Amino acid sequence: MKLVTAIIKPFKLDSIREALTETGVEGLTVTEVKGYGRQKGQTEIYRGAEYTVSFLPKIKLEIVVADEGCEAVVEAVQQAATTGKIGDGKIFIQSVERAVRIRTGETDADAI
Amino acid sequence: MTQKSIRLVLGLCVGIFALAVTGAAQAAVSAETAYVFNTFSFLVHGFLVMWMAAGFAMLESGLVRTKNTASICLKNIALYSIAGIMYYLIGYNLMYVDVSGWIGSFNLLYNPSADELALIGAREATPEMVKKVVDAKGYSVMSDWFFQMVFVATAASIVSGTLAERIKVWPFLIFVVVLSAIIYPIQGSWVWGAGWLNAMGFSDFAGSTLVHSTGGWAALAGAIVLGARKGKYGPDGQVNPMPGANLPLATLGTFILWFGWFGFNGGSQLALGSALDATAMSIVYVNTNLAAAGGVVAAMAMTQFMYKKIDLTMALNGAIAGLVSITAGPDLTNHFFALVVGGVGGVLVVLAVPLLDKFKIDDVVGAISAHLVAGIWGTLCVGIFGSGSIVTQLIGIVAIGVFVFVASLVIWFGLKATIGVRADEEAEELGLDRAELGMEAYPEFGSGSQTL
Repeated sequence: MKLVTAIIKPFKLDSIREALTETGVEGLTVTEVKGYGRQKGQTEIYRGAEYTVSFLPKIKLEIVVADEGCEAVVEAVQQAATTGKIGDGKIFIQSVERAVRIRTGETDADAI
Repeated sequence: MTQKSIRLVLGLCVGIFALAVTGAAQAAVSAETAYVFNTFSFLVHGFLVMWMAAGFAMLESGLVRTKNTASICLKNIALYSIAGIMYYLIGYNLMYVDVSGWIGSFNLLYNPSADELALIGAREATPEMVKKVVDAKGYSVMSDWFFQMVFVATAASIVSGTLAERIKVWPFLIFVVVLSAIIYPIQGSWVWGAGWLNAMGFSDFAGSTLVHSTGGWAALAGAIVLGARKGKYGPDGQVNPMPGANLPLATLGTFILWFGWFGFNGGSQLALGSALDATAMSIVYVNTNLAAAGGVVAAMAMTQFMYKKIDLTMALNGAIAGLVSITAGPDLTNHFFALVVGGVGGVLVVLAVPLLDKFKIDDVVGAISAHLVAGIWGTLCVGIFGSGSIVTQLIGIVAIGVFVFVASLVIWFGLKATIGVRADEEAEELGLDRAELGMEAYPEFGSGSQTL
């Protein structure tokens, strides 16, 4: 099993979710995060004093998928998330050792 | 003609004659009616000003950070209550009763009029009792106390905004006690108490100096003694913003203040018992609105020009500055001047805010800029656009400024030396809500304890 983590622009979440449903993914976890990469922050001004906001709001998606389905998921996320501008995000893939469904106790392939 | 018809015609003539005579007399409002309207004006305009306390509370809540919001709300409701009580105990008498020129009387407890109490308490109110009450002042003394009380509360609430986020609650409230019991009433007696400044011709219709500059001077003294928030100013003249937590609340607060200001300025006509007073009051309402509007637009234009972006908080400050500016002379007969007065106030506040930062005076909500600076400008306007003399206005500005500033400094330093005024570093870091109140304003949002 693989854990696919994607950092994406927040407004892209809905189109990614639709694309993932088409690949057969049945669940995912979403967190609101902040971060920066090559997309630098913004300068804001409050009552005459300037300050830089280095961290930009992003969304982190986490999907656990079977090894065979991993490529399809990665491709779906990338195609749906891209805008062509700096700050689109990144995708990381890790290996998952075990998985357990809490309700039934099923493991591994039956759990995802 | 028959005897009956003669009597009929005669009766008719007398009737018409009587009608004509009393008709002419009824052109003027009766003394009792004037009493009713005057009292009504004090009461209704008074509670409009009371509502400004909510305005200040919301404005300040919106401009401080989440971790200090409950604390600022508490300070606002507490100071309003304390100021009212102190004015009842000492302040009113010091400001209005037997004013010698420099100070009123030190009698404890403002006393309502004995005649008024007798009138209300009597089993049967006789016309003589009513006449005695009506002829005494033309309005209920209690309504006058009520109207004056809400003004001192306004002056006190100006101080809380500037000193937010690092002042200890109890020392602040002790200062409010002294401000509302002693400092405000003494300088108020010089003008509205018919004291020496009034005798000189100094004019402050609703309190640009007496209320707003006074609050501003007290706030400035406090800010100097208290020091800036930790981390606000960097070593190379750097200014680190600490953005307010809730701009919609700040906006609501400003609108509430604007609304209440019709009571503040309108009620200061001090009478509504005649067409003259009603008309004069109407000018005041119109000018008040125009000045606020001018302040907003001017502030917006200034921030767009200076920072290439429009700052909402400055636009809000602009409205306040416009209102403060017109408060000394809202009875201008040329409405256009009101627009100018307010507009210049809006410009001044946008310039004053970064200027205070340059001097490392940390004013969280811009109260010094909006109330002190605009208050001085507004008082001068009575000489520039109104019927006053610029020199006399300046004398009043300086005299009251020196008195309030020095007296406030003394109290603040005294508090600092005895019980301390500043929350310790840890408390300031944690937030005054948790440190002093043991509670949070928004437990379920942000990093509140009720979010995971």
